[in-house]
This record gives sequence, structure tokens and C-alpha cells, in this order.
Amino acid sequence: MNSLPVWPIILPLSGALLAILWPRRSARIGLFASLSTLFATGLLLWQVASQGQLIHPLGGWDPGLAIVLRADALATTLLLMSSLVALAAGWYATAYFENTTKQSQFWPLWLLMIAALHAMLLSADLFNLYVTLELLGLSAVSLAALGAGRAAVEAALRYLTVGLLGSMAFLAGLTLVYTRYGTLDMLSLAQVIESEPATWLALALMSTGLLVKSALFPLHFWLPPAHANAPAPVSAALSALVVKAAFYLMLRLWLDTFQSALTPAASSLLGLLGAGAVLWGSWNALRAPRLKLLAAYSTVAQLGYLFIFFPLLMALPPGPRYDAAFGALVLMALTHGFAKSALFLTAGVIQQRAGHDRIEGLGGTARALPVTTFTLALAGVALIGLPPSGAFIAKWQLLSSAFALGQWFWVPVVTIGSLLAAAYVFRVLGYAFGTGEGVAHALSNGREELPALLLAIIATVVLGLGSIIVWHFIAPGALPAESF
Amino acid sequence: MRLETWLPALILLSSLVPGLVIFLLREENHILRTSLNLVGAVMKLGLVGIMIWGVFHERVFETRWTLAPGLDLVLHADALSVLFVTLSTVLWLVTTVYAIGYLENGPHRSRFFGFFSLCVTATVGLALAGNLFTFVIFYEILTLSTYPLVAHKGTTEAVRGARIYLSYTLAGGMLLLVGAIWLHTMAGPLDFAQGGILGDIDGLDTTLLSWIFLLLITGLGVKAALVPLHGWLPQAMVAPAPVSALLHAVAVVKAGAFGIVRIVYDVYGVEFADSLDLLAPLGAAAAVTIIYGSVKALSQDHLKKRLAYSTVSQVSYIALGTAIVGPIATIGGMVHLVHQGLLKITLFFAAGNYAETLGIHKVSEMNGVGRLMPGTTLAFTIGALGMIGIPPVAGFISKWYLGLGAVEAGAATWVMPVLVASSLLNAAYFLPILYRAWFRDLPREWPTPPRHTRRLETQAFLLWPPVATATLALAAGLFAAAPYSPLEWVELIAAREYRQ
Repeated sequence: MNSLPVWPIILPLSGALLAILWPRRSARIGLFASLSTLFATGLLLWQVASQGQLIHPLGGWDPGLAIVLRADALATTLLLMSSLVALAAGWYATAYFENTTKQSQFWPLWLLMIAALHAMLLSADLFNLYVTLELLGLSAVSLAALGAGRAAVEAALRYLTVGLLGSMAFLAGLTLVYTRYGTLDMLSLAQVIESEPATWLALALMSTGLLVKSALFPLHFWLPPAHANAPAPVSAALSALVVKAAFYLMLRLWLDTFQSALTPAASSLLGLLGAGAVLWGSWNALRAPRLKLLAAYSTVAQLGYLFIFFPLLMALPPGPRYDAAFGALVLMALTHGFAKSALFLTAGVIQQRAGHDRIEGLGGTARALPVTTFTLALAGVALIGLPPSGAFIAKWQLLSSAFALGQWFWVPVVTIGSLLAAAYVFRVLGYAFGTGEGVAHALSNGREELPALLLAIIATVVLGLGSIIVWHFIAPGALPAESF
Repeated sequence: MRLETWLPALILLSSLVPGLVIFLLREENHILRTSLNLVGAVMKLGLVGIMIWGVFHERVFETRWTLAPGLDLVLHADALSVLFVTLSTVLWLVTTVYAIGYLENGPHRSRFFGFFSLCVTATVGLALAGNLFTFVIFYEILTLSTYPLVAHKGTTEAVRGARIYLSYTLAGGMLLLVGAIWLHTMAGPLDFAQGGILGDIDGLDTTLLSWIFLLLITGLGVKAALVPLHGWLPQAMVAPAPVSALLHAVAVVKAGAFGIVRIVYDVYGVEFADSLDLLAPLGAAAAVTIIYGSVKALSQDHLKKRLAYSTVSQVSYIALGTAIVGPIATIGGMVHLVHQGLLKITLFFAAGNYAETLGIHKVSEMNGVGRLMPGTTLAFTIGALGMIGIPPVAGFISKWYLGLGAVEAGAATWVMPVLVASSLLNAAYFLPILYRAWFRDLPREWPTPPRHTRRLETQAFLLWPPVATATLALAAGLFAAAPYSPLEWVELIAAREYRQ
């Protein structure tokens, strides 16, 4: 059973190969691969929960030579989110691409992207991270280019250029680390890292690369056009998973590997950029003329919240408060992943039914597509951070840490950001509930509306009421001893 | 499975589950939807009955569910929560009957009743909330579940009213949230306790506590419609009549007032809050609101708008009673929570009947309606007299205890003029309506021609709810000294709050 970490990578990868061989069966192959990936992830999660982290050297080589996969609580949690989102978005994609040639172009790239993402989540050394990051970026760009028209291709090209620049920066930083310390394994690096200019430069380079890829304000400019013009299932994965992958690496580097080399000033800078992202992203989402563009800017804002956690986590000493904040960060990331993918899928449904996704033309959507409108509202609740969503609890913990540390500055940022989010979500719902014939009546199709609904329910109900599981699994130190 | 740990959750589920099922029903499935609604409402009433009995005999009902480190969702029954739960449960049942009659042939009934049940679930959750965290959760859910109800008609006006409602309440909710988190970080889990909790914790910064109090009360004041935070309330009356009735009597406005009561009595503690000089500003805000609302109500010709401004004024009696230290004023404020609910829901039901049956929306169109719709107008009259404070209707009891409490606390010099002025103003905007309805001649033309062929003046489902609530309001005044009357129950609460 020790080879369990391999399966979430192998399964989508072989699915991709099979989908190339049998293009006409690609949808079925893809769904089967996604389902079995989810199953393998579930098993892995169960294993990690009962035995702690799993370390698996590929091919049985010695550590140091082998490619090592490391499955710990954080990685497997994100793996589970990615498998679920991928399955739901894929399920929807079978309806989205129905009877088009794009169905067979979509699946190999999609499965390849999932394999790359899973490999990245499970990688234990910096070089493998670089390779998987490149793979992820390239497959994501190709998927984004599947969108209709010139705008999608242009956005994808820009996405490609920016992504490559980010990777270059990451590679440069990684080379510096290898020259200085002679290893790229993240766990061994954490032991030997020293606070000195070479380390700082290396970390700065790698971080810049990752920040570009995770679209932190003001490096976010490439994201809105790319995410808004990609096909809806692709946008869902890009916003929910791909940007978060880069964020996950930031988390690994800053909180584990390079923690001892960091100063509070550096993390405050990240927090400030995050605050800028929250305000700028939310403001632009409010002004966005199109639903998918709104969702894309909302992603910029939501990533900002995640970065605001950095200065708080750096300032907190290890202990229950730190663990409480760390669990909240993960909960926030999870909620956003599910909610945003749900939002993009509903945007896809509306776009296909109405022939456009101009927000002002959405009158009467609530009457024509009640389930989709309800899903939109549920996802919106999670994006605003209102109860009963997981984001509400995460924001409570975020603000609580800010108060406890006396870092008041973050309080108005989070408050204003949430109000702006409420404004942009209810702007859409206001039109949807209003009169108009924007969307034609039609029989609803389960494959279109159900995946988004399930994702939104996970974000708003499951993660809200079952949020304590995240702490049990990721940061048990936050809980009082008797609750075990 | 012990009843003590499950009862609060069951009370919540008795409206949540029917609500969720109703969402899935087809529009035409009228019978199943109606029975789900009524079965849920009656079941809830039965469960609440068990709870009343238990709390009276000092049994502890508590459901606890951990959501995050240090954050528990707590549903807890104490005397105060039982008061509010009972009010919302009884009025939910009545309003459901009314709404079934009102929306008989309207569109989107499944959506309406679904959100209606969610709204009641939120109100009951808010009433049973055992700590500030839980209270905030249900407070926000209440905002969310009422938005589609206010926007229900889908007209430009309705969507606009709903948007204004939402902007106010979400902004207020955010202030409440920030205040609650701040206080939670300073003082730990804020489980409500009779007599307050902050007074017993040493080493808290009192200046910060005052600022937090301001945040919390401002946040709650939006829903409680304290001037100048009341702007949404007259706009939200675009909602269908049963929604307005619920909004004004139990759900939204009352949630704010109930929150203020909770914060003052069970978080800060009334004596501790007084020692921080926090109650005088609250009392001043309440007094201004009482007078301002009444003055504004005078000049409204639109009946629902007049009633809306009357709500602004009347709900602040609760805040006023809270701001005066002393058990008698406490009784006056808290009992008004119930009395205002009964009276105001009667008035809104009656207003809805006029609009539905005769197409009357304005006070100036109400000449002689008493002769066409005697039952409705009688209920309206009882409600109006109660609001003015004429015995033996319930409103008199509230004002009597508020006045006595002010004398006891030595605050009579400023409370008495407010009470007198407000009662005079109430009379000035209600009595002309009663005069028109009963004594003016019928006009020749109606906005909608009356149909004399029917045996009853309007549909039975529309007529009986206001008659029932008016009867309850009358009974609450006449039998105020009987066991289990609102007054008796509130006296029990006051005794426990002041640790006598």
C-alpha cells in the first residue's frame, strides 16, 4: 500500500494517453479516470489520516537519487479538493462540449493538467516542483486557448508568456539554492537553511515566479482575460486549482522550507499586496460587465485574503493560535476552490443558454434557471464569506488573529472586501431576480446544473458545518486535548 | 439520545426540513406544500411547548456543535430565548396560514415558502443562540433568507427595495461581526449568561469595551431601525403583505431589538454596562427614534408606510426599556417584544386584506371600509388602540411598566415626556384612520370594486389570522397576571437577570 501516492498521478496520466488513442471515447475515458483518481485520493487520505505522512521514493531508488513523493495532510487535502473539482467540472464538460470537436481536444489536455497538478502537490523537492509547474502551466494555457475566438487565443498567449517568465524566475532561484546548499529536497533544506543574502535572493526569485503564477496584485493583469475567455469548465479549474497550486508552493516555501530565513517585513509586504488584491479585485469585479469577468476578478480578490494570512502566521508563535490560523487559511482556500468552480460552471450554463453572459442582460434568469440561480447564490454566499459557508469561519479566525496580534490594519481591508463582494454578488442576483427575457426557458439538464450545485453545497454547507474536520486533520494542535 | 441535547436542534429542523423539501416541489403541488408548511409549524409549536415547560422547571436544553477551535455553535434555551421562540413560532403559524391565502394564485410559491421557512429557521436559531458567535451566524442567515422574500415580486421597485434593504443590513451585519470577533478575542467564548459575563472578567480594557459596544449596537441598530439607521425599513415594504408582517413583527426588526437585549443583559450585564456609561446614549438614541418615527408616520398617506414608521417608533420601546436600569423597566421593554409583535402583525395583516380585497393602499381611500370589512377593521382597531396604549389591550401594559420603571430608576424626567409625546402622536396618526374606517361614508368608486356576493368579507385564510392575533393581543392585556402570560414570563426573566 506504500505506493498509494503514485495513483492520483498515474490514473489521470494514463487516462490522457487513452483519450489520445480513442478520441471518440474520450469523454467516457476521462470521466472514468477522474472517478478512479478521486477514489485513489480518498484511499490516500484515509491512509494519511490513520498513519501520518507517507513518503514514497519512485522506483525504489535511494532518497537523494529518486524522485520522492511526499503525501502529508496539507497535500492530500488539496488533492482531494482538486479531484472533486476536476470530477465535477469534467462531468459538466461532457455537456458543455457535447457534439463539438473540442470534446476530444479537451480531455487529453485536461487529464494531463490534473496529473501535473497532482504531481506538483505531492512533490518533495524543488526541481520536481519546477518540472510539474511547467507542465501544469503549459497544459493550462492550451486548455485556455480552447475558448472561442481571437480573445481567448490572445489571452492564452499572454498567459503563456507570463507563465514562462514566472517559471524562469523560479528556475533561477532554484539554481541558486542548489549552488549554495547542494540539495533541493525541501525537508533537508529546512534543516540547513541560513539567513544570508544568497538565500534571500534565491527566495525572492522563486517567490516572484510563484506570485506571477498565483496572480497576486499587481502581477494579476494576465488572469482576468485568460480566465474569462477560457471555456467554462477550464476557467473553473484555472481559478479554483491552478492559481492555488502556485499559492500552495508559496506556503510550502515560506512556512516550511525557508521559514528561518525570513523577516516580518517580507511577510508584511505579501500581506499588503494581498490587501491591495482584495480591494482592487473586488472593485473591478463590481464593475465587470460580464459574469465570467466578474468571477475572474473575484479570484484575484480571494487570493488576496490568502496572502493576508502570511504576516499573521509569521507573527504568531507556534502553538494553538498558530494552528487555528493555519487551519483557517486552508479552510479559506478550500472554500474558495469549491465556490469559484461552482460560479464558473453556472456562468457557463448561463452563457450557453442566453448566448452571452452580460450581467445587465440576465433579467429573468431566476425564472428560467432556478437551480442555476440558486447555485449562483450559494457560491456567492461563500465568496462573500457569510455563514454558513466555510469562508465565514475562516474569516472569523483571520480577524481574530489580527485582533490578537494588534495588527488592526487588516480589519478594514477584510470588512470592505467582504462588503464589495456582497455588492458584486447581489448585483448579479438583483438582475437575475428581476424581470426580463434574458434567458430562454428550456428543460434543464442534470449534467449541466448538478455539478455546480454539488460544488456550491460543499463550499457553503459541508465546509461550513463540518469545518472542524479541517483542523482535526491539518492542525490538530489548535484543538483542546480532550476532543481527541 | 437525550431530549435535553436534541430539543433545540429539533425545533430548528422542524422548519428547516419542510423548507428544503418545499424548494424541490413543483408549483402545482399545492396540497403537499401547504401540509408540509402547516405540519412543520404545528410540530414546532408542540416542541416549543415542551421547552417552555422544561425551562420553567429549570431544565437545561442545549445543543452544542464545534465548528472551529474555540468556536461552538450553541443552541441553548433560557427564559429569554423561550420568550422569543414562542413569539416567532406562534406568529409563524398564523402568518403561514395568511400567506397561503394571500399567495393562492401567485407565481413562484415554492420559492416563496422555501425562503419563508428558512427565514423562520433563522429567527428561531437567533432566539436560541447560546453565544455571540451563533447569534451572528443566524443574524446573517436571516438577512440572506429575507432578501428573496423582499424581492419576491420581481418588479423594478421590489428589486430596488430589496437592494436597499440588503445594503443596510449587510453593512450592519459586518459591524456586528467585527465587534463580536473583537470581543471574542478579548474575552473568550461569549456564552450568554443571565446577569452578564464581562463584569466577572478582570483586566479588560474598559475603553475598548465601550468602542466594541458601539460597534455591536450600531450593527444591531440597523435591523432594529434605530434612527438614523432606519432608512431601509420604509423601502422594504414593497414586499408582499405576509412578508412585511413577519419582518415587522418577529423576524428582522425584532432580531435587532432582541440582539440589543442580549448584548446589554447577557453579555455586558445591565449593571456593568451602566457602570461604563453605555446605557445613557442607547436610551437617548431610543428616545429620538420613538419621537422621530411617530412624527414621520403622521405625514404618510400610504398605509403600509405609515405602519412602517410606526414600527420604527414602537420597536425602540424595547431599546428604551433596556437602557433604563431596574427590573420594572426591563419588564416593560421585554414584554413589548411580544406585545408589539402581536399588535403590529395584526395591523399588517389588516393592511394586506384591504389591499387584496378592495385594492386600498392609502389612508385617504379608507372611508367607510369598516362597514364592508367589519372583521378586519375590528382587528385593525384593536391593534391601533394597543399601539396607542389604551387599556386593556396589551400595549398599555408595556407603557405602564416602562413608565413605572423610569420612576423607579429616577429617569422619569426624560422618559415620561417621551412616553406621553409618543402616545399622543400614536393617537394622532391612528385615530384618524379609525374615524375614516368606521364613521365616514362609503365612496362611490373603489380601486377594486367590492364583491358582495361572498358570505365572508374576504377569504377565510386572510380573515382569521388578524382576528386571531388581535384576540391574542387583547388576551395578553386582559389576562396579564395569569400564569404563563407574556408578562408573568418576563417577570421571571427579570428576576433571573437581576439575580433576585
